[in-house]
Amino acid sequence: MADELLIPIAADVDVVTARQRGRDLAAHAGFSSGDQTVIAAAISEIARNILMYAKRGEVTLSLVANGDRRGIVIVARDQGPGIRDVERALEDGYSTSGGLGLGLPGARRLMDDFDVSSGVGKGTTVTMKKWRRQNA
Amino acid sequence: MEVPILKQGHYLIASIQSALTDADLSQLREALIERVGRFRARGVIVDVTALDVMDSFAVRTLRDIAHMARLRGSETVIVGIQPEVAFAMVQLGLTLKGVSTALDLEEGLAFLDRQTQLRIERGSARLDRG
Repeated sequence: MADELLIPIAADVDVVTARQRGRDLAAHAGFSSGDQTVIAAAISEIARNILMYAKRGEVTLSLVANGDRRGIVIVARDQGPGIRDVERALEDGYSTSGGLGLGLPGARRLMDDFDVSSGVGKGTTVTMKKWRRQNA
Repeated sequence: MEVPILKQGHYLIASIQSALTDADLSQLREALIERVGRFRARGVIVDVTALDVMDSFAVRTLRDIAHMARLRGSETVIVGIQPEVAFAMVQLGLTLKGVSTALDLEEGLAFLDRQTQLRIERGSARLDRG
């Protein structure tokens, strides 16, 4: 399997592709099936955000090792309008699109590490990691 | 990928076979709401056993289906949410508040039978009084 998988996001079918590739990669890396589902759900949320707010962008998937810890890294990148208030975007129920407002905060709860870097007019990059549980 | 909708007695059964895009989910919603009227269905079952992920869009669409079907006089029950999917949904903060669920198709059918039976009994009680 390649070190890094890049999935362009420009239509709703790409959201499905991204989460399926993410699940496959997580399975390959030895994540439990529960964690595979959690990872796929988080990818689904952030990939849909790309479509909703920026129309297009990309999701990259890769594996990382930190000492004897292994994990999966998901980066969602777009050149869209950016997020005016990242703090608020991470609050449950806050949405500027008429959605449930659970995409970003929900994905953050699902993952171990979560970082959003965004600026108005500069696009948005979401980086999230999930570490494989030891002895799992 | 279109979701097949079967008619069984007074019920409609939508059995999701594979991963669905947002457009597929919206299409399922339209098709079910239209068919509730066309077939005068008293109940709707959406079987999500084959869904390996339920994200916020899927949950919102299922909730919409249940609420819209109720407005059209039909009860909805979602069946087959897998344990890992339930776990991820709770962590995402997604609930199906106000929507009935059952373990599997068999339980879902039993649930609808009880619901529609109740409604018939209530209806006939009213008739007796009238």
